[in-house]
Amino acid sequence: MTALPPAFETWFASRGWSIHHHQREMLARSDDPTLLLIAPTGGGKTLAGFLPTLVDLAEGTNDGLHTLYISPLKALAADIKRNLRTPVEEMGLPIRIEDRTGDTPSSRKRRQRADPPHILLTTPESLALLTSYEDADRTFNGLKRVVVDEIHALAESKRGDQLMLALTRLQALCPDLKRVGLSATVEDPAAIAHLLARHPDPCAILQADPGPDPDISMLTTDEPPPWAGGGAAYSIPAVMTQIEAHNTTLIFHNTRAQAEIFFHNLWLANEDALPIGIHHGSLDRVQRERVEGAMQRGELRAIVCTGSLDLGIDWGDVDLVIQIGAPKNVKRLVQRIGRANHRYNAPSKALLVPANRFEVVECQAALDAVRAHDLDGDPRGPGPFDVLCQHILIRACAGPFDASELYAEITSAGAYADLTRDTFDDCLKFCATGGYALRAYDQWQRLLQRPDGHWQLRDPRATQLIRMNIGTIQDTDTLKVRLKRSRGGKPLGEIEEGFAATLTPGDTFLIGGQIVRFESLREMTVEVSRNAAKKPKVATFGGTKFATSTQLSQRILDILQQPNWPDLPDHTADWLHLQRDVSQMPQAGELLIESFPRDGRENTVIYGFAGRNAMQTLGLLLTKRMEELGLAPLGFVSTDYATMIWGLEPITDPAPLFEPQILREGLEAWLAGNALMKRTFRASATIAGLIQRNSPSARKSGRQATMSSDIIYDTLAKYDPDHLLLSITRIEAMRGLIDFGRIEEMLARIAGRITLRRLEHVSPLAAPLFLEVGRTPVAGEGQERLLSIETDRLMAEAGLLQPTKGQPTN
Amino acid sequence: MRGYDFTLKDTKLTALASGALYMPQAQLLCVSDLHLGKAGRRARLGEALLPPYETQDTLTRLEQDLKATQARQVICLGDSFDDLAASASLPEAETLWLTSLQAGRHWIWIEGNHDPGPVDLGGTHLAEVVVDGIVFRHIAKPSAQVEISGHYHPKARLVLRGRTLSKPAFLVDHSRVIMPAYGTYTGGLRSDDPALCNLMAADALAILTGREARAVPMPR
Repeated sequence: MTALPPAFETWFASRGWSIHHHQREMLARSDDPTLLLIAPTGGGKTLAGFLPTLVDLAEGTNDGLHTLYISPLKALAADIKRNLRTPVEEMGLPIRIEDRTGDTPSSRKRRQRADPPHILLTTPESLALLTSYEDADRTFNGLKRVVVDEIHALAESKRGDQLMLALTRLQALCPDLKRVGLSATVEDPAAIAHLLARHPDPCAILQADPGPDPDISMLTTDEPPPWAGGGAAYSIPAVMTQIEAHNTTLIFHNTRAQAEIFFHNLWLANEDALPIGIHHGSLDRVQRERVEGAMQRGELRAIVCTGSLDLGIDWGDVDLVIQIGAPKNVKRLVQRIGRANHRYNAPSKALLVPANRFEVVECQAALDAVRAHDLDGDPRGPGPFDVLCQHILIRACAGPFDASELYAEITSAGAYADLTRDTFDDCLKFCATGGYALRAYDQWQRLLQRPDGHWQLRDPRATQLIRMNIGTIQDTDTLKVRLKRSRGGKPLGEIEEGFAATLTPGDTFLIGGQIVRFESLREMTVEVSRNAAKKPKVATFGGTKFATSTQLSQRILDILQQPNWPDLPDHTADWLHLQRDVSQMPQAGELLIESFPRDGRENTVIYGFAGRNAMQTLGLLLTKRMEELGLAPLGFVSTDYATMIWGLEPITDPAPLFEPQILREGLEAWLAGNALMKRTFRASATIAGLIQRNSPSARKSGRQATMSSDIIYDTLAKYDPDHLLLSITRIEAMRGLIDFGRIEEMLARIAGRITLRRLEHVSPLAAPLFLEVGRTPVAGEGQERLLSIETDRLMAEAGLLQPTKGQPTN
Repeated sequence: MRGYDFTLKDTKLTALASGALYMPQAQLLCVSDLHLGKAGRRARLGEALLPPYETQDTLTRLEQDLKATQARQVICLGDSFDDLAASASLPEAETLWLTSLQAGRHWIWIEGNHDPGPVDLGGTHLAEVVVDGIVFRHIAKPSAQVEISGHYHPKARLVLRGRTLSKPAFLVDHSRVIMPAYGTYTGGLRSDDPALCNLMAADALAILTGREARAVPMPR
């Protein structure tokens, strides 16, 4: 039990602050081996994490490194350094604080290893690199505490897995090391605690007072949302009014493209020239930093942004958060809402803006979930093996090791607690010999076992190559689209990697309002040519990174089952009533399929509610199967809730298409030659150290381009199909973009109950899917207008009348 | 036997879809840039432990071509091994396999920049060789009159029926042939690279390998 020293009491008092209960609690429990603090933004989380350190160091008796702070962002490390210096300087504490990231000059990095500061602020990658040095034991000598900030964000990625493996190393070097995790509100704190704690140690969870419930509602506008699209341009006047009525408004978007369009439209409507900025990950760093600076100085009235502002950098006086487009995930929504109002104990204020009619239902489902404190999240599964392989190589850089000791260390990381010795040995074998069925490299293996049983690098010079390739961050998940160089090479925009992977040369799709033909994928750029004549076969991927979560999908299905919809605006309730009259409502316990002719084509709509990625995969598998059955599918489009397939023949007997066994077999066949598998292979092979991104001898002659990773994939698939890396690739692809897990989940949910409704016309719920075909993430003004004309026509055909513009809808 | 027939100074040649070249009048099969032992070399250098199946895969394809053509002579046009150490450390099974392919055939190893010297295997080792008036050497000489060479690993990209293809390719004009790389673990140099454009005449053809051998004007 540590009491707050008088100097600290005085300092708190001088700031006019009183110490929060959870801050005092963190101090009191500073001897707990692991402690996870869940606190909303603005709850003094960082200070809570550092208070025990500051108190401990105040006496000035500590030599060397005392506390290691790890954050997912370099910028956050710099921000924390600034914030920590205030109390340290004002109390005159003898504490040295430094950060260490990829941007730190190498002279300072060297000095930090020999003479570390009291508090070192760093990132998971920089920490992994530090543990790879032979003198790591000296650098970390005496380390007492490690603070992992924004652990909820790290826990969702391989960066977190790598970090937790590095912590097992630190724990081995410093057995008394105490771990602290700082997290935003999450659905399953115990899962994060499990990742953070040394397994099987318990991890206490401290819940800070979450504060009052947020003041959250759907933005009501004079004009109803359109039938399709994601731009929410209709809401601009209402959003402008909100900006004028508040101090600083954060306007979150699900995609960068939508943020760009919205920002453009907002600027056109900004008659009073209010200072409004834009911030997203595709912008140049200089521009982002300029916006961040202006925000911190309180100079901006609104910032249009994406997930790039999700993490906890202190942005000053935000008093309203607006979410444009349905939140795909309740947890992320709650974390975003938390950005409003840094004054603790005042409710955060937030507005949801549905971008289209279906999203009205999605937003209502999200509102219900937030009010019920029902957060969602899909468990990530066990720690990935490619990261494990990299960890073994990093460990080998630091010096010889005993396999059993390393295995014990690794299984003390929560994500790897269930790792079997066999799998560990497979990974070790892969690192040592390549792990091939054909033994070839005995004399050149990368790791050798010494007579005393310890493993070491055969060639100590290999450390350089391994260190140069530390990290798990892969190429961005969007690809630039540009015209072929021979046509001028003009950049057109970006599409999602997952969509690009499904394209074959000759496919046409929409981007920037024009139809283009996919030519090739070169050096991470999608090359296209203009192709005005053709109707696009496959629509451009919606641009939403995250599929609607399972829980949120369930809530949507529940809403659809209601006898009536008093909570929904009339325009949406009327739409749903009409669906019930014309066809029927989708429900969780069965699979609704609608079939109807239109424009000489047969359309089939499958209401799977399995999330966009899984529905996309389902579309690929079903069209492949339909092709085999002679049903002549011409194309499909997927959303979070449905897949629509159009073709020449109607489906009359859908059940055989949904035989789980047949779908699984189709997946196997499709996977084997799929570009997605090869891309996943490249990512995992890079992390596991088979392919090097960086090499000291990369004197690329420019002549003989490096052999493509596809050749390695093909060779392995042909001669060594059971190789570790192929099974890793499969696991990773399945839980990534393919998301077959949710197809399985859907199949289990419907248990063979399939209802086929043959209709004469397009149904109300299906009608917006036709607009998905022509949808593009970067639609210009003209495109939006055309869209609205086409939507009205379609809706009239479905028996729906567009309410008069300007008519109040609530 | 799938191939594309053409003549080089009155000598009939067939570019096989596999990337080998056949000269019927001499019953001669020519392959270039096998880069056998590439995975092993990378392992030796401590770079990466690539799947060690590329020699097996390359020899499998070579054996198929030898069977199909019934060739009596074989010229390996340099860079047959990824380096000299790779030739020395070829696994026994693969050495035996190679020896069985050589049995009953006149086998010539041309030196390449990766394997500049005799290798410890049967056959004749030469810097270059002339067969029926055609010079076989590893690296093309701009001044050469009638020449077959390798080294550059040419590949050609083109759009056929809306599909972009990038395939290892023979480059052929009236005085020379540049062979594609035959080895499994080999990258390629695009035919529009200045090094290749400068060597080849304006009316040169590119013969794409793959399922079929298809000739197109050399993309540049």
